[in-house]
Amino acid sequence: MREPIWLKMALITISAGFLFVMLVMPLILVAKEALARGVEFYFKALTDEFALKALYLTIEATILAVLLNTLFGLASAWLLTKFDFRGKTFLGSLIDLPFAISPVVAGLFFIMLFGRMSPLYPILQEYDVAIVFAVPGIILATVFVTFPFITRELVPVMESQGRSEEEAAATFGASGWTIFSKITLPNIKWALGYGIILCSARAMGEFGAVSVVSGHIRGKTNTLPLHIEILYNEYNFTAAFAVASVLVMLAILVLILRNVVEHYGKDVEHEEIAEPAADLKVGVANG
Amino acid sequence: MVEVEVRNVNKTFGNFKASDNVSFEIERGKLIGLLGPSGSGKTTILRMIAGLETPDSGEIYIGGRKVNDLPPGERGIGFLFQSYALFKHMTVFENIAFGLTVQKKSDAEIKSRVEELAELIGLKNFTRRYPLQLSVAFARALAPNPELLLLDEPFAAIDAKVRQELRGWLKKTIHQLGITAIFVTHDQDEAVEVADEIIITNRGRIEQAGVPIEIYQAPKTPFVAKFIGESVQVADYTIFKGFEDYEPHEGILRPEFLEIGATIEEMPQPMPVTTEKGIIRGTYFRGSVIQIDIEVKGQLLRGLQGVGDNMTKKYSSDVLIIGDWSICVN
Repeated sequence: MREPIWLKMALITISAGFLFVMLVMPLILVAKEALARGVEFYFKALTDEFALKALYLTIEATILAVLLNTLFGLASAWLLTKFDFRGKTFLGSLIDLPFAISPVVAGLFFIMLFGRMSPLYPILQEYDVAIVFAVPGIILATVFVTFPFITRELVPVMESQGRSEEEAAATFGASGWTIFSKITLPNIKWALGYGIILCSARAMGEFGAVSVVSGHIRGKTNTLPLHIEILYNEYNFTAAFAVASVLVMLAILVLILRNVVEHYGKDVEHEEIAEPAADLKVGVANG
Repeated sequence: MVEVEVRNVNKTFGNFKASDNVSFEIERGKLIGLLGPSGSGKTTILRMIAGLETPDSGEIYIGGRKVNDLPPGERGIGFLFQSYALFKHMTVFENIAFGLTVQKKSDAEIKSRVEELAELIGLKNFTRRYPLQLSVAFARALAPNPELLLLDEPFAAIDAKVRQELRGWLKKTIHQLGITAIFVTHDQDEAVEVADEIIITNRGRIEQAGVPIEIYQAPKTPFVAKFIGESVQVADYTIFKGFEDYEPHEGILRPEFLEIGATIEEMPQPMPVTTEKGIIRGTYFRGSVIQIDIEVKGQLLRGLQGVGDNMTKKYSSDVLIIGDWSICVN
């Protein structure tokens, strides 16, 4: 069945219009507003002491969150897909909790756990450890919010690949680490890369949970999104948009990386030892 | 000499009893077929011998050594997986060499062993005749010189024509290598043809073990009688002539137990005392033989006749005589 041409055009126009209004226009506006007072002001807003501090903190929190969540994600996906145990489904849902919970609630949760009202507070005070309204709190909140991303990317891939390659390696006496590094990791590297990218994107942009635990101390506990909010509330629109443009550029970078990973990942993960393998034969013959 | 001994092994998955007090022994150098319908627990037994599953109770010995607490890598086994489980991101060479690499063998040693195996599977001089994935998986499992080779439905993914050839090849190769091997299959023809001895599993239990021909001739349980070879079940075999004096009992009738002739004189060995009249209900051409379904005293029986001398014409009449009963009684 073929649709009439006017229907096609109408549908295309609606979709294109929607995309333009919702995605393209905001991007143009960000760029326009950011440069409203000239290039010089733009770079001044970016190199402002507090803006740079906020950028560093954002990068720090993102890198740490990604590192920790890569470890947690690999461990939990490995556990969920290669072993059978009681409470497996429950653990799976628990890992998804940060998806279901509002980031603000997560932030409040950390305030309750480590803040003044917490029974842990005296102990933390004694060892002079500040978590809430300090950098560790921001990192914790970011880790919490981005926790499920890597696990959720890895679990379906690892599930579809089954356990037999790992079992085969085990029959040859390969150690747990050898099995992981030589068999599992090469099979999931693209999914892992994809999960890391999603996790970084989310970590950079995290606002709610971080906002609650940060205390908005300029130059100390402000991340980029928080810094933008402060500038905006101070009616410093141009500076706010200038800093926002950095986040936008980071987002575009992530999108590009995402496409690259998806492209290569598709090629590689479906590759198998194919039947006509004359070159492989030669490979064996030559050792 | 006993290579593998499984003693009173039990294994339960949730509510499913996969192994119910399983015990058997396997002699060194034998090629054993673990045969049973799907869900009968045969793969579980194989995986427990390999150490990929842990028995709930019971002991497993390989080469006289109790292996219950040994990891798979220390049991001296090679395992061929049903899906082959080749390492996707590695080359054929790396796949075959994996077991040796893990053992930290020298490069020269690895190279010569891989070449030896490449030759065995015909990979080296373009003489490979069988599917690449199976060949590589086979070579990979053999690379570290295991005492015992375990094969889980090795031919399941291969088409019928090649499978037929592979059976002979597997038997020959295993005997040439002189290792002990256990293969799991649900295909009775495959088991009977390839194995020196077969072990028949059903609902987690061992029904019978022995040389194929003995199992065929003297099945110990109704399940085995029905599972091995063709058969027709008869509710009470004492209704037939010549068997009236026995206790009424269920019987299993194989097609070759029937002799069929259009008249009593035409039968190879006329035995009037055990000959009944029957009505042909259908004839089916099955390649080398013709299957004839005959109704005798309300009971549908199955007989086979060789193709030739005008069979179809001869048995197109609706009356024929059957005789020379020998019935498998349980």
